[in-house]
Amino acid sequence: MDLVTEITILVLAVFVGFEVISKVPTTLHTPLMSQTNAIHGIVLLGGLIVVGYAHDFLGQLIGFIAIVFGTINIVGGFMVTDRMLEMFGPKKKAPKPGADDKGGEAGS
Amino acid sequence: MNTFAALAPDSSLVAILYIVSFSLFIFGIKLGTHPTSARRGNGVAAIGMAIAVATTLALEGIGNWGIIIAGIIVGTVVGAVASKRVKMTEMPQMVALYNGLGGGAIALIAWSEYRHWVEQGKEAATALKDFAIVHGATPEGANAAVSHISGPTVSLEVLIPTLLAMVIGSISFWGSNVAFAKLQELIPGQPLALPGQKIINVILLIGLLVGGIYLGINNEYLNLDEPVFILMLVVAALLGLGVVMPIGGADMPVVISLLNAFTGLSAAAAGIALDNTALIVAGTLVGSSGTILTLEMATAMNRSVANILFAGFGSPAAGGAGDQEQRSYRSMNAQDAAIQLAYADSVVIVPGYGLAVAQAQHAVKEMADELNKKGVTVNYAIHPVAGRMPGHMNVLLAEADVPYDQLKEMDEINPELPQTDVCVVIGANDVTNPAAKNDESSPIYGMPIIEVDEAQQVLVLKRSMSAGFAGIDNDLFYNEKTAMVFGDAKQTVQDIVTELGNL
Repeated sequence: MDLVTEITILVLAVFVGFEVISKVPTTLHTPLMSQTNAIHGIVLLGGLIVVGYAHDFLGQLIGFIAIVFGTINIVGGFMVTDRMLEMFGPKKKAPKPGADDKGGEAGS
Repeated sequence: MNTFAALAPDSSLVAILYIVSFSLFIFGIKLGTHPTSARRGNGVAAIGMAIAVATTLALEGIGNWGIIIAGIIVGTVVGAVASKRVKMTEMPQMVALYNGLGGGAIALIAWSEYRHWVEQGKEAATALKDFAIVHGATPEGANAAVSHISGPTVSLEVLIPTLLAMVIGSISFWGSNVAFAKLQELIPGQPLALPGQKIINVILLIGLLVGGIYLGINNEYLNLDEPVFILMLVVAALLGLGVVMPIGGADMPVVISLLNAFTGLSAAAAGIALDNTALIVAGTLVGSSGTILTLEMATAMNRSVANILFAGFGSPAAGGAGDQEQRSYRSMNAQDAAIQLAYADSVVIVPGYGLAVAQAQHAVKEMADELNKKGVTVNYAIHPVAGRMPGHMNVLLAEADVPYDQLKEMDEINPELPQTDVCVVIGANDVTNPAAKNDESSPIYGMPIIEVDEAQQVLVLKRSMSAGFAGIDNDLFYNEKTAMVFGDAKQTVQDIVTELGNL
């Protein structure tokens, strides 16, 4: 692919990124950041590609570390984002305060 | 040995699979614009990632399977365990750490790429020598011949993005690790700088430019210079340390956002170097997101990004703390505070980093529930830079099951504060300081604040009278409407809950 095509993609992605991300409400900024963090873990692809070139020990070590870092970034990033967003999601059957709380408190 | 039916890297199928994967990223972020769909969006983005990784694994030429499998297993275990264990209050350092790992991976990938070219150059040189010797040259003659050849070059279209990815990735790795260490309190949160740090940073930056130009000129496969490349990697590391070390804890929301943008940019650069559209689009999306958040945070502090990066705000030199006359303030115990709250109609809670440190979010929610039972309306006023990363307070309160519609943004809550009976400031300081409105000499003058001093009564839950991160005294504490409730935030709130129960 030539450089001009790649820059075209990049510029369009900038506009899409600004458009979509500026609509994310403040409340969700931490999960947004953690999710985009996971997304840049996509550099793992680069690690997978370059480790194929490595023939000496140092090269293989560099590739290994890059893959470990990239994978932590992806797996950890998506999981931790999920943990956060679970708290924001619709509450499942949140017991009404007062319904079953009352009984215990009446004694005090 | 590739057991898959290997895909040619430039085939249409690969291109399409990458397009599917980055479309899912964009769609995932789009779903992230609403709290109820955000979790699904995260899942959608994760599927996109799985497709991208699977596609790459099926590419022709992917080798060293032992390393790949070992790396993915180690990474998955570490990532999964860490993300399960981390506390919500520790989220900023977790994000900083992951961000750093991404940057580190990019720098290492760029290095691998460069090593690959060096290796190709060496192979070509050996082949040339052998050829010359076969044709009757002496070994010396062959060496001389090789050194005189101006061979094929690494295209600058690939070399420049690789160098950019390496430099920015390395800055991001080391900068993020410093941010992590500061937030985790492994090193002091105060600004740390060598004398002349700014000049040192400028010199390091110039060094990187010179190194980059040198490598750009010497781009023939036969005379690539790996030591200079490694030197640049180290200089970029020092620059990352030198830029983030002098930044104080309160400016962390800006720094983390900025480093996030940096890692995104370097991923996009790596994508150009590796001809990989998924990397280009994903990196750019992250870059945009980081940039937007950085600018928002900087606006919320009424400072430019450059000022935050280069001014060392939290340093004592910021002034204002000089006039240490004793001023009188009112303190109150938990019982009186509970009475004041119970007789209010409307209460606004203003949380800050202190709430995170004390892990007081659940206690605060209990207090709000008790007040609700007594018919008191409770809302939360969230300053954009409260805490240590964008949206930090929202996550903590969400963890405690506070409904997100009770979380009010600064612009929304400020007009309501004059009608608010009691404002409870928990572990927040500078974001409530009226000096930002009234005192032109104050270092934080002009920063938008939550106008707590407009409320009828103010309770400030705080450990002591010490100044905030900005090192500035807060006039709010000496206001006649204000009562200080000293103690650990969590303990104090729990005491108030107990007292409320007894009323």
